[in-house]
This record gives sequence, structure tokens and C-alpha cells, in this order.
Amino acid sequence: MGFEYIGITVLWIFLYGYLIVASIDFGAGFFAFYAKVTKNDHIINQLISRYLSPVWEVTNVFFVFFFVGLVGFFPDMAYYFGQSLLIPGSIAIVLLAIRGSFYAFENYGSKENPLYIFLYGATGLLIPASLSTALTISEGGYIEETGNGVQLLYGELLTSPYSWSVVFLAIVSVLYISSMFLTYYAHRAGDEPALNLVRKYALFWSSPTIIASLTTFIALSQQNPAHYQRAIELWWVFGISVAFFMIAVLLVYRGKYYGWSFIAVMFQFFFAFFGYGVSHLPYLLHPQVTLSSGVTNDTMGAALVIVFIAGLLLLIPSLVLLMRMFLFDADYVKGKK
Amino acid sequence: MLGLDSVILSRMLTSLTLGFHIIFATIGVGVPVMVSIAEFIGIKKKDPHYTLLARRWTRGFTITVAVGVVTGTAIGLQLSLLWPSFMQIAGNVISLPLFMETFAFFFEAIFLGAYLYTWDRFKNPLFHWLLSIPVIIGSTMSAFFITTVNAFMNTPQGFQLEGRTITAIKPLEAMFNPATPTKVFHVISSSYLTSAAVLATITAIIILAKKGSVYHKKALKLTVISTFIFAVVTAFAGDLSAKFLADHQPEKLAAGEWHFETEKGADLIVFGTLNENNEVEHALRIPNALSFLAHEDFNAEVTGLDETPKDEQPPLWIHYMFDLMVSIGFYLIGMALLYLVFWKVKRWNEHNRLLLIGLALTGPLAMLAIEFGWIFAEVGRQPWILRGYMKVAEGATTSSHVDLMFLLFIAVYAVLAIGCISVLRKMFKNNPAELELEHRYPQVAAAGEEDE
Repeated sequence: MGFEYIGITVLWIFLYGYLIVASIDFGAGFFAFYAKVTKNDHIINQLISRYLSPVWEVTNVFFVFFFVGLVGFFPDMAYYFGQSLLIPGSIAIVLLAIRGSFYAFENYGSKENPLYIFLYGATGLLIPASLSTALTISEGGYIEETGNGVQLLYGELLTSPYSWSVVFLAIVSVLYISSMFLTYYAHRAGDEPALNLVRKYALFWSSPTIIASLTTFIALSQQNPAHYQRAIELWWVFGISVAFFMIAVLLVYRGKYYGWSFIAVMFQFFFAFFGYGVSHLPYLLHPQVTLSSGVTNDTMGAALVIVFIAGLLLLIPSLVLLMRMFLFDADYVKGKK
Repeated sequence: MLGLDSVILSRMLTSLTLGFHIIFATIGVGVPVMVSIAEFIGIKKKDPHYTLLARRWTRGFTITVAVGVVTGTAIGLQLSLLWPSFMQIAGNVISLPLFMETFAFFFEAIFLGAYLYTWDRFKNPLFHWLLSIPVIIGSTMSAFFITTVNAFMNTPQGFQLEGRTITAIKPLEAMFNPATPTKVFHVISSSYLTSAAVLATITAIIILAKKGSVYHKKALKLTVISTFIFAVVTAFAGDLSAKFLADHQPEKLAAGEWHFETEKGADLIVFGTLNENNEVEHALRIPNALSFLAHEDFNAEVTGLDETPKDEQPPLWIHYMFDLMVSIGFYLIGMALLYLVFWKVKRWNEHNRLLLIGLALTGPLAMLAIEFGWIFAEVGRQPWILRGYMKVAEGATTSSHVDLMFLLFIAVYAVLAIGCISVLRKMFKNNPAELELEHRYPQVAAAGEEDE
């Protein structure tokens, strides 16, 4: 197996990791805001901040890791994405900056500032929308290369059914993943009122998530028929994903095994995300960059893989430590520590 | 809109982001060291004053870390957004340190979260202190890795470039290029120095404003001693950096020192101005000192700017940046030394007003020196983005929207700065150290008053 396959697999795993942890974070921001508006904030805010405070920075690193790794393994992507994504990329930076710093300001500094909570909630939905632009344009048809460099075709992007269905899918799945996690966390904390509230959110957001997945599929067949064909050939992967979706919702509906239910959610997205990723290949950016054309030189590829393995040996024990302290330590979750 | 081309605008936006980020990055590298020292002394001496010091510093630190993280993410993305052609080339050669930097950052992020939320969770306080070590390792290593990237841009090696195709890559050779040792040493020591000085400033201002308690006097002693040690180390690192420049980047040293012609026994020009014929006026000339500084020999030959082609010479105004940075460095050593002398000589009062005012200036000045030093280093390698390989103009984006983004980011950083300052003020104003001491350690607070 060439370094390009190892590279893209590593990156895809990290993007998947970001999808899960960031969704929890972004959705929680929105729920914190929504609970404030509906005057339910006393029920869930404590829960949210106990989980998020120690891990928000880690969430951010998943993202940094992905884009640094992308430039490292596939330097050509830096050129094409860099040239074309100045505006959407800058907007994403601004939203992330507002969100990250105001989260810290609110949590470590001045409590209960309504402006912060509003910004925190609003950016929670806008960031997934702006980040999903990068995935959208990778399907091709949104950028053109001329003698003056690479341009993003804003008209195409803003009028395309595919790009809007991706945005919609990003937002609803964020809310779905987050509420499923909070349901599990509330259950662990033994917090009945919070559990009842977030469980309702979880059940509510499950149906738009599955509907949006289907419409995105249909829109993809219009945008990039070849990719759609490859995805259809992998139908069973998406089938497994739907099966896990049904398991997750059923468990939450029956009010049992919340831990397993969240694991099912993770598998649901794992299969959908990898099905999407594998069918995307061999193109990273259609049609300019393919997996083999964009890859870095072999020596650097080997060096990156070695560093990656060494890094994982350092990170995995540290992450386990963090999770044991803040996620699986029953006393901490219950607010006793 | 601003009537400038995208190369100039990309440079302006990059400078804006980096100029803002390094304030928080410097604090991010240095403050964990100070926190760890204070907590360790607190545990060893069983003195809650130091533990409280570590606690309060950490609390303020979380706010600056947040801004550091988000502006760091910004510059990370902006590198590709503003310099896509450069990153396409550089991505092939320097992705290794960039990648390692994110690992270090990851490591730091994990343990910082753990450190912040476990203050009272362990029976043995040393366990909590141990969590500060990976935070220091993470932040210092990320400074190390990212500085190697910058060093590579100054003295690129470990690859061959044919047109836009790169061959014969040697990742480790690129990372450990000639500029790496001195640059890393200087960056890390000056970050520790600046953080110690900033904390000394805060303490000095509090003592000036309301006389200060035992707690504040201990804080001042700790921070000023640290300032002194780190300042001496930084001066040594700076000297090594100058010697490095003389050997590997003579045009930067020559422009910085206004050394126009290659000669033996070169004079050092301190301060001064240039007239329109590029003649030096009002300067202090120290005979043969530049030769000594560069090669440890008063009669050594120092390469002048005349040996660099006109279109590859850095601008001459970087001389002011160099002089300001060095002068501030000496001021910091001097002030800290003065305090130490006053403290050792029993009859003199180390808390006299003038001395405290002088110490109160060290933090902001040190931060300015960081900015001046980086401007000197970065503008000093103009017009190159990869010295000898790629000029800045070839690396920039061709997008026509950089002007709008520049204005947008000015607004964002203004909001972040205001938010950061107001939250920090609120955090400490409503909860002074005396109050917190009384709340957490009532016996110590009572005993402390009797001492005075």
C-alpha cells in the first residue's frame, strides 16, 4: 500500500474524529442557547459545561490536525483549496475564533453573559455550514483554473442544490449527534430532568438527519454522476450505516442502553463517512487533484507516517487519561468532583 | 478597495495575524513554566502563597490560551489561503515539523484541560503538579517545531527545486537547518523571559497601587529573579543569533547594522538615523565591535550589504527594530539586577517607588521587544519567502478579496483584544488575592497580617 493510501486513511480518521467531537461541541452550544431561550437552561447548562470545559481545546486540535496533515500529505491541495477558499475559509476562521474565545470568556471569566451564549449558539450552526463548503467544492464544478490562478465560482456554489443539501445535512447531523451524546451523558450523571429534555431533542433530530442524507445522495447524482455511481456500488456500506441509525434511535426511544446507543451513532457516521470517502476516490478534488497526483514525495510520506505512529503512541494514552478523568469518572460527571 | 495588490495585502494580513498571535503565543509558552515553578515552590515550602500564585496565574492564563489557540488556528489556515503556491512547495519539505507541531499542541491541549480541572482532586498535590510538566513540554515543543519551519524559510536546505518540482527531499536536514539552533534557543528563552516580565509587571503595579501584602512581595521576588535569569540566557541566545547571521545571512545583519561595505574591523553602529544619501548620522559608533560581535575577533572581516544584489537587499529601517530589541533586552537585565541588589543590601528598600515603576515597565517592553525582534527577523529576509528559492511575490494568492479579509480580521482581533482585556480585568478585580487567600487558607491569611 502506498503512502497516499495511508495518508488519506489517517486524514479521514481524523476528520471523522473531528466530526464526532466537534458535533457534540457545536450542537451543545446551540442547545445551551436554545435552553436559555426556552428557560430550560438551569436543567442542562451545568451538564454541558462539565463535559465541554476540559475538552474544547482538544476538539479544536482535531481540526488543526486535519488541515495540517492534508497540506503535509497532499501539498497540491494547499494550492487549489488555498487559492479558491479565501472567503469561506476566512469566514470559518472568524467563526471559530469567536466561538473558541467566547467560550473561554464565558466559562472562565464572566458568567451568564447573554451575548456570549447567543454567539456560542449561533456559531455552533454556522461553523459546520461554512466548513462543509470545502467538502462540497471537492465534488468539482465549483472552481475554475485560468491563467490568473484558481477562482471559486460563487454563483455556482450558491445556486447549487447539492451545496445546500450538504449544508442542511451538516447542521441537522450536528444537532443529532450532539443530542444523542448529551442523552448518554445525562444518563451517566443520573440527571433525570436533563435526560428527559435532551432525549426529546435526540428523537426530534433523528428524522431530518436521515432525510437530509437521502436528499444529499440525490443531489450528488446531479452534481457528480461518477461519484454517485461509485457510491451506489458501495450500497451495502450505507446500508450498514442505516441499520446502526435504526438501532441508535430505537434504543433511545425505548430509554435503554444509552451507551450502546451512542456507540451505534458513532458507527452510523463511521460507515456513512467512510462510504462517502472511499467512493470519492481516486479524486481528492475533482478533476484537478487525484490521490496519486497530489501526494507528497515518498521520503516525506514515510517520515510523516513514522511521526504519526509515534504521535499516536503519545496521544492515545493521554486521551484515555482525559476521558477517564472527565467522561467516565462517575463522580466527576455527577458533579461531585 | 484599498488600491493595493494582493501581494502587499497578503503580507499585511499575515503580519496582522502573526503580530497579534505572538503576544498570546509568547505567553502560552512562558507562563506554564512560571506556574509550574510557583506551584512546585508552594508544595516544597508548604507555602500556600505560592500555590495561590500558581492558581491565579493559571486562571488568567486560560483566557490568553483561548485567544492563542484561535489566532493560531487562524494563521495555520491563512498560510494556505494567502500563500498557496508557497505552501504547495513548502508542504513537500516542511510538513514534518508542521505535523509534529500539531502533535505537541494536541499533547498540551489534553493536559492543560486536565491541569485546569484537577486542582483539588488528588490527595498528593505533587500529582497535580506533575500534570503541569506535559503542558510545558507541549507548549515548548510546539514553539520548537514551528520555529524550525521559520528557520527553514531563512536558510532552506534538504531539497532540490526544478521549476515547481521538488526532488531529493531530506526531511530532517530541512528541519535541522543552520538557522534552527539559534532561532529556537532565542525564541524559547525570550518567551520565558517575556512571560516572567509580564507577571512581574502585574505584581509591581499592584504593589504600587495599594502597597501589596506578603503574597505580592513573594510574587515580585519570584518573577524578578526569573526575569533576571531568563534575560541573561536570552542575551546569550541573541549573541549566538547574531553570529549565525554573520555566517549564514550576512545581508540581514548588514542591513540591520547599516554595514554597507565589507571591511575588516567593522564598527558597531548603535541608534542613529539615515539621511537621503544613506549616510549614517547621529549614531554612536563603537570601533571594531561589530567584528567582535560577529566573529569574536576585533579585526575579523564582516560582509557588507554591497555584496548582495540591489533587488535582494532587505529594507534598511530594520536597523531601528534591531536596536530597540537589544536596548530593551539590556533594560530588562539592568532593572532585574537593580532589584536584586536592593534586595540583597539590607538597608535599601527593594520596594521603593522608582524601582517598582521601572519593574512595571519590563513586561510591556519585553512584549514590544518580541514584536520588534520578529519584525527584524521577518522583514530582514525580504524579498524572499524562501531565501534563495522563492520571492514573496511568487508565493502570494491571486485572489482579489484579500482587502476585504484584511478589514474583517482587523475587526475580529479588535473584538478579541477587548474581550480578553475586559474578562481578565473582571476576573481579578472582583476577586483580589487577599480575599481569595482568606477564603481558601484562612489560617495563613490571619498569620500573614501578624507578620507585617
